[in-house]
Amino acid sequence: MSLLATGFAQSVLDPAGPQAAHIDRLWWLLFWMATVVFVLVLAALVAALAVRRPSEATVSLNPGEAGERRRFRTVAVATGVTVVLLFGLLVASVATGREIASLGAPRALTLEVVGHQWWWEVHYLDPDSSGSFVTANEIHVPVGRPVLVRTLARDVIHSLWIPNLHGKRDLIPGHSSVIWIEADRPGLYRGQCAEFCGYQHAHMALDVYADPPDRFAAWVAAQRQSAPAPSGALLERGAAVFQTSACPLCHTIQGTGANGQNAPDLTHVASRRTLAAGALPNTREALAGWIEDPGRAKPGVHMPPTSLDPGDREALLAYLGTLK
Amino acid sequence: MSAATFDATLEQEQKTLERTWAQPSGLVGFFTNIDHKTIGLRYVVTAFVFFLFGGIEALAMRLQLARPESHLLNPDLYNQVFTVHGSTMMFLFAVPVMEGMGIYLVPLMVGTRNVAFPRLNAFGYWSYLIGGLLLYSSFFLNTGPDAGWFAYVPLAGPEYSPGKRVDVWAQMITFTEFSALVVSIELIVTTFKLRAPGMSLNRMPLFVWSMLVTAFMILFAMPAIMLASLILAMDRQVATHFFNPGEGGDVILWQHLFWFFGHPEVYIIFIPALGMISSILPTFTRRPVFGYLAMVLSLVATGFIGFGLWVHHMFATGLPQLGQSFFTAASIMIAIPSGVQVSCWLATLWGRRPRLATPVLFVLGFFAIFVAGGLTGVMLAAVPFNLQVHDTFFVVAHFHYVLIGGAVFPLLGGIHFWFPKATGRRMSEALGKVSFWLLFAGFNLTFFPMHILGLHGMPRRVYTYPAESGWASLNLLATIGAFILGLGVLVFLVNVVRSLRQGEVAGEDPWEGSPGLEWSISSPPPPYNYLYIPTVAGRYALWDRRPDQPVVTGLSRTRREILVTGTLDAEPDHRDILPNPTVWPLLLALASGVGFIGAIFTPWGILWGAVAAAIALIGWFWPRGDLQRIHFEEQP
Repeated sequence: MSLLATGFAQSVLDPAGPQAAHIDRLWWLLFWMATVVFVLVLAALVAALAVRRPSEATVSLNPGEAGERRRFRTVAVATGVTVVLLFGLLVASVATGREIASLGAPRALTLEVVGHQWWWEVHYLDPDSSGSFVTANEIHVPVGRPVLVRTLARDVIHSLWIPNLHGKRDLIPGHSSVIWIEADRPGLYRGQCAEFCGYQHAHMALDVYADPPDRFAAWVAAQRQSAPAPSGALLERGAAVFQTSACPLCHTIQGTGANGQNAPDLTHVASRRTLAAGALPNTREALAGWIEDPGRAKPGVHMPPTSLDPGDREALLAYLGTLK
Repeated sequence: MSAATFDATLEQEQKTLERTWAQPSGLVGFFTNIDHKTIGLRYVVTAFVFFLFGGIEALAMRLQLARPESHLLNPDLYNQVFTVHGSTMMFLFAVPVMEGMGIYLVPLMVGTRNVAFPRLNAFGYWSYLIGGLLLYSSFFLNTGPDAGWFAYVPLAGPEYSPGKRVDVWAQMITFTEFSALVVSIELIVTTFKLRAPGMSLNRMPLFVWSMLVTAFMILFAMPAIMLASLILAMDRQVATHFFNPGEGGDVILWQHLFWFFGHPEVYIIFIPALGMISSILPTFTRRPVFGYLAMVLSLVATGFIGFGLWVHHMFATGLPQLGQSFFTAASIMIAIPSGVQVSCWLATLWGRRPRLATPVLFVLGFFAIFVAGGLTGVMLAAVPFNLQVHDTFFVVAHFHYVLIGGAVFPLLGGIHFWFPKATGRRMSEALGKVSFWLLFAGFNLTFFPMHILGLHGMPRRVYTYPAESGWASLNLLATIGAFILGLGVLVFLVNVVRSLRQGEVAGEDPWEGSPGLEWSISSPPPPYNYLYIPTVAGRYALWDRRPDQPVVTGLSRTRREILVTGTLDAEPDHRDILPNPTVWPLLLALASGVGFIGAIFTPWGILWGAVAAAIALIGWFWPRGDLQRIHFEEQP
């Protein structure tokens, strides 16, 4: 629970979904088997060294027949045991693989996750296109409902990894693939890019919220909304600053003219927990610093610095703060 | 013939041989040397210099990761450092150092005077040196490669890695693979054709077997990476689109080609180390290694199965289930020959408590570390678990256990073991033991916590991590361990340098009763190795030697003649003449250096290099008639 409190649940050993639980069981099987084998081998080594050394006179370069036959039997038995153990592992591995491969459910939620240098684009796909929406660096899933995630990448290879839910799946340019995930208890789980993708590979995290169904439905309903129109002079000035700076070239705010596709959709940016794919907390100060010089928190990031006079900056921050 | 005349004749023959096989001295000699012992030592020493560089890079990374959100290294530098660390340790240290040990030891162990193609051998070394210098000069100029030692496209492609960094990496590969292929040919031909009479294949020392298997693995693995780095360079230089999905290329192709080389690569590093263990144990247990046939078959099986595992580096790419199961099965299967070998060594040790000399300590350290690394390797073969810990610190821990425990510990044991043979002086046992314990403790302190870090979600290749991750204390522990490990390396180096000057003088057989042929000649060996080519009556040549064991006579002493024997049974076949020292291998290496380094900047570099290489080759093969001249002088 302490990890959840800090928003840092990112562990293989704390499964929160059926697949991670299967893998966790496999891990403990592997762990105990390996521990037993390790202890046995080292015990054999210690025993071999502890056996009294024959006196120099009895040392022979061609050891006796009986001893060699005993050794042969021991090695043969050890090899046989190894083969049997390994075969058992193979069976356990394949069985677990079948369990986790597919959750094939008709009522699955379908997502598309696109990896970018260094952020995550998340599409919630709905058969009715007006129900689809886009968000970034944050995934919400309903507890207990399988989620089909379609993965792809447009620049370099990334890897989607939410260890509390499932293992990795690489996001590969030119190769789309699908992976199932499911959370069976509510919470905030952290995911992180696991394939080296350049300067800011270290700062490419995403939050996964597993919500009870009603809270999830409320979140979806909110995300489907366009951004509210700015009201009041300050917010109108902020919106104008956004639209007249370089921002709309890369960012989208639904319901405004900003329609850039190269960077996170900001329609609901204020609703998110972090900025810059987990690099910064989503606070007013952090956002101000980020806009002024993104390279300070994420050296090498593609977003250019923007210098604004204090009035414009305050207005822009106020406006972005309304995009809940 | 009286004893006095006999001794005088012997001395005369020794002098003649010495003159014939002597390498020119001075600066000229330095650049023209083609003696396998010199070249082998150069490989080993050069590789250790690169090992130190790689180690310093490792310490830099550990300092950066010692605490969260550290700003010691910026991401640009960190990415260069981990890329150069990986590339150095794999391409410039681990493979060349094992090759160097093979080049030094195999001709001695099979009882011949040099490797089969001495000039080619020199060329291989110079190529390797140029590749290493290329990587480090670019690194020191802040243009070190930064896309990982695996250089995955598209990140390493022209669009996402502009500039020359990845090109430097690709050409470094070309040079080191050149040299690896040269060494593999040397070792295969030397092993098959230059063995002392009587040393049939089933009497070959296990170290020679291990180098033979390694050489064949190099022969089949390296072309894959040479092809891959070549077409990567073409994608980058002349806009071919092998790896560009936008133009019908495929990024997964790179991974298949890379890992088809990359997985056998770890066995190329590991198998020679197995041979070293099998060389050290008989000396100290005073008995043959148990299960010669099982050991040989295990080596060969490892060599074959090693080519069937590469996809386990790619499980996360989302391959079909059935294909994954095949590679899981192969990855699990390779544990069987390793298990057989460990069992055989344990059976060798059983009841034969060896004296705990430094080489033995390193072998025992190998058991503890390698078995742990092998077991995590079996875990990684299980696809579902692999998907969780792939590309995390768990894998970093695993392969350092396998490579340092499985290869570097036996290597250090081997260095302590053969140091007296190569230098004529023994290393200090006291310092050897201190360095062993520092290395053993430092190693485990550094890498054991990484297993836990990986399971707790820490990915690889991150230049920093958040404070709230809870990873800080284990990372700090690993950093402290890394410095202890570094201290162990330092003590080892002090031991080497000190022993070179003041070490106890070693005789022919400093460990008293070693079975290999190499222990029958002076330390360091004379330039011609054996006054008379020996003959062999068993697997442990000196133990199985009969009192009247014959030697080979009739080889010319005034020209560089060697005895060529049959591949299977090593029956004498014919004499062959090895070439004299020459500078042309160096010039050819420089010419190809011009070509490949030039190609980083312009495709025309290939043309200049080809012209220069053609000139060098013409010089190399220009008929000089000196061999024939000697030949006629020899006629009665």
